[in-house]
Amino acid sequence: MTANALMQVAVFLAVLLVLVAPMGRYMAFVFDDNRRGGNRFERIFYGACGIEPAEDMSWKRYALAMLFFNMAGVLLLYALQRLQGVLPLNPQHFVAPSADLAMNTAVSFATNTNWQAYAGESTMSYLTQMLGLAVQNFMSAATGIAVLVAVVRGFARRGASGIGNFWVDITRCTLYVLLPLSLVMALVLVSQGVVQNFHAYVDAGSQVLPMGPAASQVAIKQLGTNGGGFFNANSAHPFENPTGLSNFIEMLVIFLIPGGLCLTFGRMVGDKRQGWAILATMLMIFIPLAVGLVAAEQAGNPALHGLAVDGQASALQSGGNMEGKETRFGIAASGLFAAITTAASCGAVNAAHDSLTPLGGLIPMWLMQLGEVVFGGVGSGLYGMLAFAIVAVFIAGLMVGRTPEYLGKKIEAYEMKMASLAVLVPCALVTIGTAIAVLVPAGTAAVSNPGAHGFSEILYAVSSASNNNGSAFGGLSATTPFWNILLAVCMFLARFPLAIAMLAMAGSLAAKRHVPPSAGTLRTHTPLFVVLLACIVVVVGALTFLPALALGPIAEHLQAAAGH
Amino acid sequence: MTSATLPNRAFDRALVRTAVLDAFRKLSPRMQFRNPVMFVVLVCSILTTLIWVAGLSGHREVPSGFSFAVSAWLWFTLLFANFAEALAEGRGKAQANALRGSRKELIAKRVETPLRDAQVTYTPSTDLRTGHMVLVEAGEYLPGDGEVVAGTASVDESAITGESAPVIRESGGDRSAVTGGTKVLSDWLVVRITSNPGESFLDRMIAMVEGASRRKTPNEIALTILLAKFTLIFLLACATLLPYSIYSVQVAHAGEPITLTVLIALLVCLIPTTIGALLSAIGIAGMDRMIRANVIATSGRAVEAAGDVDVLLLDKTGTITLGNRQAVAFHPAPDVQAQTLAEVALLASLADDTPEGRSVLALAREAFGLTERVITNAVYVPFTAQTRMSGVDIGDRHIRKGAIDAVGRYLDANGSHLPPRVARQAEEVARRGATPLVVVEGARALGVVELKDIVKPGIKERFAQMRRMGIRTVMVTGDNPLTAAAIAAEAGVDDFLAEATPEAKLKLIRDIQAENRLVAMCGDGTNDAPALAQADVAVAMNTGTQAAREAGNMVDLDSDPTKLIEVVEIGKQLLITRGALTTFSLANDIAKYFAIIPAAFATTYPALNTLNVMHLATPQSAILSAVIFNALIIIVLIPLALRGVKYRALGADALLRRNLLVYGLGGIVAPFLGIKLIDLILVAIGAA
Repeated sequence: MTANALMQVAVFLAVLLVLVAPMGRYMAFVFDDNRRGGNRFERIFYGACGIEPAEDMSWKRYALAMLFFNMAGVLLLYALQRLQGVLPLNPQHFVAPSADLAMNTAVSFATNTNWQAYAGESTMSYLTQMLGLAVQNFMSAATGIAVLVAVVRGFARRGASGIGNFWVDITRCTLYVLLPLSLVMALVLVSQGVVQNFHAYVDAGSQVLPMGPAASQVAIKQLGTNGGGFFNANSAHPFENPTGLSNFIEMLVIFLIPGGLCLTFGRMVGDKRQGWAILATMLMIFIPLAVGLVAAEQAGNPALHGLAVDGQASALQSGGNMEGKETRFGIAASGLFAAITTAASCGAVNAAHDSLTPLGGLIPMWLMQLGEVVFGGVGSGLYGMLAFAIVAVFIAGLMVGRTPEYLGKKIEAYEMKMASLAVLVPCALVTIGTAIAVLVPAGTAAVSNPGAHGFSEILYAVSSASNNNGSAFGGLSATTPFWNILLAVCMFLARFPLAIAMLAMAGSLAAKRHVPPSAGTLRTHTPLFVVLLACIVVVVGALTFLPALALGPIAEHLQAAAGH
Repeated sequence: MTSATLPNRAFDRALVRTAVLDAFRKLSPRMQFRNPVMFVVLVCSILTTLIWVAGLSGHREVPSGFSFAVSAWLWFTLLFANFAEALAEGRGKAQANALRGSRKELIAKRVETPLRDAQVTYTPSTDLRTGHMVLVEAGEYLPGDGEVVAGTASVDESAITGESAPVIRESGGDRSAVTGGTKVLSDWLVVRITSNPGESFLDRMIAMVEGASRRKTPNEIALTILLAKFTLIFLLACATLLPYSIYSVQVAHAGEPITLTVLIALLVCLIPTTIGALLSAIGIAGMDRMIRANVIATSGRAVEAAGDVDVLLLDKTGTITLGNRQAVAFHPAPDVQAQTLAEVALLASLADDTPEGRSVLALAREAFGLTERVITNAVYVPFTAQTRMSGVDIGDRHIRKGAIDAVGRYLDANGSHLPPRVARQAEEVARRGATPLVVVEGARALGVVELKDIVKPGIKERFAQMRRMGIRTVMVTGDNPLTAAAIAAEAGVDDFLAEATPEAKLKLIRDIQAENRLVAMCGDGTNDAPALAQADVAVAMNTGTQAAREAGNMVDLDSDPTKLIEVVEIGKQLLITRGALTTFSLANDIAKYFAIIPAAFATTYPALNTLNVMHLATPQSAILSAVIFNALIIIVLIPLALRGVKYRALGADALLRRNLLVYGLGGIVAPFLGIKLIDLILVAIGAA
């Protein structure tokens, strides 16, 4: 780990911490319960869609609206891809992707996963990219945030029957949070050299340069933790992420909304310290892992240690492992990006994760397997973390001699059932999905590397889909019907059943009365609780995935270190 | 004051013997199904046994000795869990049997009118219904629960309370409730039966202590869900390990896939068997601790709620103060010697047998060395409700002592009046929360004796502890606000309710509950019943009325109001024990991974042996050591589960920090040491 790398991490965290506070305050203002009716501007949309903004939905209505809205999104996106050949804005005359690929992509973008089994610049027309993929980037992000806001209302409200109005929440989220931020972000990206046009591709002789409305899509891709690149190389592509500054900003905005939402949560439940505690928990897990990742990359391939190879960083070389990394970013900015994009369920990449050292590759994989709760997806990361908080509160609450409560709400069998479901679903999808993939020849045929690394490729892909991350390890030829269907099922089941379980819990919590705190109450904003919560997230993640990781990156690392 | 039938040690010989037998009886799948964690262990035990049997007939995936050892230890794991539960139940059963002995089939004397010489019909006690009246005479047992409607008698209730001194039961008032199975020692009673057969207090008690009506409490259900979740996660992690391993063997071109035996061993080690095995024992033991404190809870839910209590309503008399006031000072009138006052007060109290009267004698002795003399021509004037004074007439000396208003009237009638100085002295005494007793001789007021409520020693510290635990204490008293405030300040309660009426008490409870706080109280009178029914945790005194006992969700057989504090502590201890063992159980898994993972894949990826940080001898000894540790830790923790984690009156933060350190960190470290030790033993005896 070089001083330069440490400084980059420190600067990133410092700027992040400065920005999340106003972001959190602003979003608390946007989702304030007292202005549910909406202003005149919003009412244009409500009127046009026949929405009654004052309606307070029960959790079932809320979940149904959420499901309906997203299913419609899947179908529209599927139709758009299949029809792109006959639709305008297709200068390269791309034909429709296959049915399984289009289905995979539609589910992928509607679930905020943005797993890409296609290469953008050689598959999708500008219309599909803009009207389909970019729109879903907004909608899936808004859905995640809306569900979170509803879950937080469950904690904040007392003896209430409703948890808010889904239509109002996504409208406000899109209009006041996602659109303005994306607009600014797109302009910043354009200033750095990201392309934004409708031109046909430019034939520059030795190579063809792809074009398109990239900046507008890259902006929301980073902000909404979507991660689906406009181009195949994603943020490693110079037209998507041209400079060190654009790279820094792209990293920053991945954490901006998920980090801000922690503080929004604190404000909405009427105790800002609760929000900071959750944010601290996330940082406590994130920082060591991010530093570890960069350190592993700087240390380089363990198989080369002891050989006559100079792996030290110096004025003349970066040292460490530069395979698969862009020279304009280097080890620190690539490693940090990899940690951020997998801690948050973004999935944009600026380096080849397949080329990370075994331990360097273990960290992004494990960050996803933790359930995408360390920042995680916009909204979804925080409600996943709240499910863990409920498990933590339950165990810790018992140890102080009271039946457990969180934020003044008693945690009983129903809440425990839903929180358990939320923790269980991604674990089950990763383990079962990987098992299916290694058992079926169609699954293992996609692997391009032998040995433990091949297993890592499979494990990474299923972990990515089953936690709605969407980043790819690479090396796995996943554009086959088997993989398209398996991963689509994983993405779908990871997103909606989990969200519905959390909404159900919110419905139950909202109806409960509030227990005022006393000296005997477990305080959930203390450093002690932060440590406990982080430990529970890490221990559950470690206990569930250690056997699988042992057969993948851990075995690979130990073998390489032993000189095999 | 526990009853003689209750063994006090955790491992009583007879109980252990019964528990061992019960442990085998409880292996039935129907009983195991209630506990998802142990059910998985049962299935695993059967599977490994089948693998061993198959191995004997030639289909061998691991050496027979190894599969036998693993399956044997899995069965032990189950048996240990059953043993823990059986042991916890055993103590209840022993007491239930003793109780059942007192539930005899009797021939009751039914009467139509509540008179001793009424016409009697002989009826079996099983035919008695609510509303029937029975006559019970000396030497007879009460045929059922009821309310005394006529007569007064001394009753031996030792079968229920373990207290051998007989108690008085009489019609009307707060001592009218009688319990079936107790024995009338003298005189007679006519009792109106208040419960049908099978529903009596004794029946309920038997059911409770026996665990027959023990359903899972809400918190237990929630915890079971959490444990089921962890079990499922580990089931998935282990089951999918087989395909992973098969694939790894293919691509590594080395070794053998993980065997079923090892997978099962891994699974049983990972799922939270420790807490799963002890969960039910912890719950039963919690009830048992209540019973040892001579408190019978009507449900496990009530015990749990006790841990959650925010506010304690405590009666002043008997709980916060000693039952009686005591004389603490003489305040003579201006022209009177203190010693004179003391001498006269002593004379006035000579025949006063109340504790207050005796305390005046004691004070006089202590302050002025006065001794009691036998006075021959004394005529004692007892206290009556009309005069509200007592005293003595010695010749023409008329000595009286009494409350200020009563003495005032007496002086007025004798053509004198209370001097203002004395009246002021009395007022000052009252303001301090004490009771003034004015002493007069003839028409002359000699001064004031100060009677004070004596706050129980140590109670202030107890309340301070409560405050640290986040529990507010409210003193309830019939005294005037002035007196109440003074005593409240001295005892260190957070608040008080003065001039309390049953209605005011009920309103106070409702007000506190409206703030969503849980209230605990105790009471004995019929007029306490509405408040008892309203309170979240309501301890009825066994000496109380039937109505009070019906309204409460706990009955204190000792009728000691201070018990309420103990009840809260037992409730908290129950919850803490559950949390601590859950944490311990989960923390254990880390070490088990380090034992089993390198061993399981030793042939495919020998490099993984780097993770064998404990340097366990062989893959087989590593796996066996983890399985054995997993089984033995249950036995090791049984005493803790039954006794409960030591409770400390600390705030939530300190308590959590402490328990996390002991059970979290301890849970991580202990198995590393334990597994290594077992491995060393296995090597030493040549089993590895």
